Amino acid sequence: MAATERHIRRRAEPAPPRPRVVGEPVAGAVVDLRSVSKKYPSGDVGLEDATFAIHPGEFVFLVGATGSGKSTIMRLLIKEIEPTYGSIAVAGRDLSEITRKKIPYYRRNLGVVFQDFKLLPNRTVYDNVAYALQVTGGRRREVREKVPDILRLTGLSTKLHNYPDQLSGGEQQRVSVARAFVNHPPLLLADEPTGNLDPETSVGIMQLLYRINRTGTTVVVATHDKAMVDRMRRRVIEVSQGRVVRDERVGGYSGQEDTREFGALWRQGLE
Amino acid sequence: MRFGFFLREALRALRRNAVPSFAAVATVLVTVLVLGVFIPVVQATTGAANEIRSKVLVDVYLKDDASAADITRVRRIVEDETPGVGSVEFVSKQEAIRAERQSGRGDYYDLLGTNPLPDLLRVTPESPEDIKQVRDSLAPLSPSGQRTVIDSSIGEVQDRKENTDKILSATRVVKLTMGLLAGLLALASLLLVANTIRLSMYARRREVEVMKLVGATDWFIRWPFVIEGVLVGALGGIAAIVLLGVVKVSLVDPLAKDFALIAAPDTMNFGLLVALLLGAAVGVSALGSGLSLRRFLRV
Repeated sequence: MAATERHIRRRAEPAPPRPRVVGEPVAGAVVDLRSVSKKYPSGDVGLEDATFAIHPGEFVFLVGATGSGKSTIMRLLIKEIEPTYGSIAVAGRDLSEITRKKIPYYRRNLGVVFQDFKLLPNRTVYDNVAYALQVTGGRRREVREKVPDILRLTGLSTKLHNYPDQLSGGEQQRVSVARAFVNHPPLLLADEPTGNLDPETSVGIMQLLYRINRTGTTVVVATHDKAMVDRMRRRVIEVSQGRVVRDERVGGYSGQEDTREFGALWRQGLE
Repeated sequence: MRFGFFLREALRALRRNAVPSFAAVATVLVTVLVLGVFIPVVQATTGAANEIRSKVLVDVYLKDDASAADITRVRRIVEDETPGVGSVEFVSKQEAIRAERQSGRGDYYDLLGTNPLPDLLRVTPESPEDIKQVRDSLAPLSPSGQRTVIDSSIGEVQDRKENTDKILSATRVVKLTMGLLAGLLALASLLLVANTIRLSMYARRREVEVMKLVGATDWFIRWPFVIEGVLVGALGGIAAIVLLGVVKVSLVDPLAKDFALIAAPDTMNFGLLVALLLGAAVGVSALGSGLSLRRFLRV
């Protein structure tokens, strides 16, 4: 797929040097949680003493029943909420050091996909994806160049000018993935991306996420489907009642399957 | 480029939320219309009240035998030595009887054969509240409760007390009521517009949330909303002002020739009124949009 290749090429180009703050830890991990706890004001414990690290290029499943703390982790990572204890670093940056004003700039380095898609209902598919570029101050030329590319990658070329309510659930989720990925973030978070979709459609979405992962992007997928992730031969972090109870690579983890094999694994899980 | 983008965003929002936008425009329109009618009415009323207040007078009657020198002396005393005096007008016997004849009562005076009307100094106090002071200094109360005059040529000092008291209290009530009504109306308009904006904002809070999650800064989200507010305010304001203008030209102006109240000189001129109303409509809408967004920006 041409768009993917172009993307790989773009990633291969050296990134423009970022000014480093003196004393900033040079960490290899994309996500680094150290004994993170979160207590909600209501008294509920969202997360207790969670420690794990996710490295560049990994495809990680975050699994647990509803209310186990998956969503807390996701919300902590996008800095929607603050941890009560512990420290979180994403791409070497300590999140507690990001001020409220800087949060938007931080979020531009993340791609986020939600169970309920969270598309802008008043915008076409094209404009929804373009918005993610426009918030970063992207020029019109850049938008015109990148958006059709990414929509081709996600298989939405024919739906450019449809509004979200004219699309099926699967298509809406593809738009949401396209929007998350259009800035080529180093980390993509997906919170139950297939939760609202029928099994057959979910295969397509998982393949899409895997394809993105193959371009070098770290992908974290939260799901409640334990049986499924056990078949996927990927790293699985399981949370239960706010604690990390399992963190292991399941089966012969190779990371070298192609998209079709990955999809086939997912489909087996469905049966 | 940035402003163009924000403007296009605002226009898109207006188009895609046609019904709430229309509701907001209609709210602004009605509010401006009511204010636009009410402000001149208040002004005309208080203007009329002021005019009546200016008719509060002290009459200084001179004795029949007062000579021209006496009159000049009394006039000097009134003008220069009495506190609270605004202006003094001399009405001679002859002028007084001429005025009576003009109002059709000449026959009674013809019966008398002589002119019984005294020369008169008509004193307008600086402000209506000064009237007591003027009277007391020209005709101080003696310990026995009688009034004595300060100059031998002054016959009597009258302040038409009853009339004065009535006028003063009536105009005060009119002014107070009108002020209170105007205040309430302005408050109601503000609340109405603010509430309409809040409602349409509430309907779009999810949109704002999504924008924040994609990494939009607060002002990047806010500008289109503020511009939208400006457009809504301007649209509603202009429509209301056009209506007001039509009513003014077709109804009020022809009537103004016949009714002094409508043509009251204190009424604000139309241009200023238009500028004020339009400014308020745009300002309130824009500010309302920008401010009511604050709550939803905390994601």
